[in-house]
Amino acid sequence: MDAFPQKELATFVENEQAQQRLNSSIHTFTDMCWDKCVTGLPSTQFSRSEASCLSNCVNRFLDTSLFLVKKIEEQREASRN
Amino acid sequence: MSFFGSSAGASSVSPEDMQRNKEAFMSSVRNEMALANAQQLINKCNEKCFQKCVTKPGTSLSGSEETCLSRCIDRYLEAFNVVSRAYTDRLKERQERP
Repeated sequence: MDAFPQKELATFVENEQAQQRLNSSIHTFTDMCWDKCVTGLPSTQFSRSEASCLSNCVNRFLDTSLFLVKKIEEQREASRN
Repeated sequence: MSFFGSSAGASSVSPEDMQRNKEAFMSSVRNEMALANAQQLINKCNEKCFQKCVTKPGTSLSGSEETCLSRCIDRYLEAFNVVSRAYTDRLKERQERP
């Protein structure tokens, strides 16, 4: 007679936490990429270059993160031999 | 009566009530999250736009500062959406072919 079985509650909490992590990454990226891409005074709309800078910024940040992991792996591999 | 309807007095709680409790709990969690999210966005926006638009604080906000601020707020929200789309597209792409 439990309205919220343990397993269902766990799934719900897990999903909400994942959503929250996603949101907080988006906040961090917006903060970071705003500083990089929006340098002048804000106008009534983004220029083409600002808009593409923002999405490039997110993608290159993620590439950087992958690159870093790969690099560290390589170094670890090298030091082992 | 406990929130999840699992107390000893559960016999007095109908399944409909339990279902309603559960849904109330889930929507309150989601509301809290949406609120926290909005607050974070407002705080960031305030910080970034103050930085950009109010370079020499005077005795009050000037007309040009206000113009700058209202554009800045629109742009910051737009930036949030652009970033959000770029990130979710990337995640989707990775899920489709990891």
